[in-house]
Amino acid sequence: MHAESELRLPLILGDKSIHQITEDVCRPVEAKANKYWWMCFIVAFSLFAWWVIAVSYTVGTGLGVWGLNKTVGWAWDITNFVWWVGIGHAGTLISAILLLFRQKWRLSINRAAEAMTIFAVICAASFIVSHMGRPWVAYWPIPLANQFGSLWVNFNSPLVWDVFAISTYFSVSLVFWYSGLIPDFAAIRDRAKARGDKMMHFWYTIFSFGWVGSAKNWQRFEEVSLVLAGISTPLVLSVHSVVSMDFATSLVPGWHTTIFPPYFVAGAIFSGFAMVQTLMIMTRKVLNLEEYITVYHIDMMNRIILITGSIVGIAYITEFFIAWYSGVQYESYAFINRATGPYWWAYWSMMTCNVITPQLFWSRRLRNSVTATFIISIFVNIGMWFERFVIIVTSLHRDYVPSSWVMYHPTWVEIGIFLGSLGLFFTCYLLFARFCPVIALSELKTIVKTSSSQAKKAAKHHTHEEVVH
Amino acid sequence: MSKKLVYGIFEDEDLLLHAIRSLRQKGVKVVDVISPYPIHGMDEALGLKRTRISICCFLYGVTGTALALLMMWYMNIFDWPMDIGGKPSFALYKNLPAFIPVTFESTVLCAAHGMVITFLLRSKILPGVEPKIIDVRQSDDRMVMAIQVKESQGAGDFRSMLMTEGAIEVKE
Repeated sequence: MHAESELRLPLILGDKSIHQITEDVCRPVEAKANKYWWMCFIVAFSLFAWWVIAVSYTVGTGLGVWGLNKTVGWAWDITNFVWWVGIGHAGTLISAILLLFRQKWRLSINRAAEAMTIFAVICAASFIVSHMGRPWVAYWPIPLANQFGSLWVNFNSPLVWDVFAISTYFSVSLVFWYSGLIPDFAAIRDRAKARGDKMMHFWYTIFSFGWVGSAKNWQRFEEVSLVLAGISTPLVLSVHSVVSMDFATSLVPGWHTTIFPPYFVAGAIFSGFAMVQTLMIMTRKVLNLEEYITVYHIDMMNRIILITGSIVGIAYITEFFIAWYSGVQYESYAFINRATGPYWWAYWSMMTCNVITPQLFWSRRLRNSVTATFIISIFVNIGMWFERFVIIVTSLHRDYVPSSWVMYHPTWVEIGIFLGSLGLFFTCYLLFARFCPVIALSELKTIVKTSSSQAKKAAKHHTHEEVVH
Repeated sequence: MSKKLVYGIFEDEDLLLHAIRSLRQKGVKVVDVISPYPIHGMDEALGLKRTRISICCFLYGVTGTALALLMMWYMNIFDWPMDIGGKPSFALYKNLPAFIPVTFESTVLCAAHGMVITFLLRSKILPGVEPKIIDVRQSDDRMVMAIQVKESQGAGDFRSMLMTEGAIEVKE
């Protein structure tokens, strides 16, 4: 028996039959890429090429080509690392946490969001490797037996925790994403067989691992998805907490505060959902999936942006309050410097974008407006970038000893690597949209009987009949 | 005595579930159902045993915890303890709070990957495996019910039974 309140908005519009859903989702993979895809791909790939140039120059010449100095040892590199890792968190939240909360609306967006997570973590990892003075020994933070008497890593250090956290997060997200894709690849494989498309049939047979939707396979698949969701939830919460510990376990004023783990996690979800909105709004338009990624989905994601944005706002106020209440003059100065010092413009951009813009989503009209959501989501991401920049650079450039105070300016190389990482991200995402179904096809079909527009109409008719008779 | 399979193709999951229950009541052996998506209630209808894969996951997780603690004890306490900022380095229980993040991550790593590899191996879902396709729309919108019949019987014997239950096609 299928029962869902008729008050809930339908999650699949357009009275789609199951076959129609398969058609709509598989068509972008089977057809040739349209001109929008090519336009975006050329831009993204050019930026990616620029990334290759900038990173090669850094590795070949040395970190001196960046704007870092003795006082400001971390700036754009770590800002971008934290920004990308934060963006990645929304994907896992949608797949894992919304699964545990039985939010069926996640089914239209979870596949693309998980893909976004994987690409975002790749970009984040690229900053870690490129910011190392000697990236050719990048494997040193991994505890491997070696010829230095077996010099081991220091497991008390958050930098080592990061190695474990980020690699676990990346590999588990990859596995969660791919295992969900297997039945969908099987659908493309079988359609290719029906059409007689030998090339596609060959490749998708390999990618689908020979999947057949037998009852036992689905039983195990559902159990694996549920357990992975249960494991990924504490994982995602722990990963950004560990990243925040890179700062919180230090003694730098403005960094050494216990609010960082929950504040960073909320901020990560905040910026991640904003990026999901940006991507989904573009995807639904270009791939004609507006009846699957509906205005209701956008509304729900905006609510999460509103909630997490508010948490971030409260965290800012708490930090500010504690900086005064603690009586520690270095902590107080760190915050006065943020608001009124030479980087005041970064601080106030951060405050307007992060505290004020999400509050706009109290308005239902704005929550349901695709244009407004797109613009606001970009502002949120800009604001969250500035937040990491403000935390890192303003605290480092003026800490305890005034004779060490200095300004930091990025060079073209650092700017190039950042813009290039956007290129890397979008190149990966566009390739994903080309070769994989962007919606979780088989999982979406499970809600047709309860949450599609035709099911809602039938339920209403049924209830009306009961009332009348 | 040799057995073979007869397939009934369905379009609607509710009719399919009803058909399975009524056929099983009549003593027909329904061995498997292929569907494009997981159908709620299928496990009970077919009498499938609960999967033990989550137990495997737990065991892999415990292995991950043990491995991580052993590794960190060996490296930072036993083999080459170092005085880093005055942090303790002589007993595992002293460093345990700092060792928790790595222990947790290792638990998750081993649990997740162990479970997924077990799932793929047990279900024989691997690159290079040839899929069994009865109906090319079985991953689109058709459901295939496989019933086990005697060698002497055929699709014709079961056609009327399956069609009344809502099958749109019967093949063998």
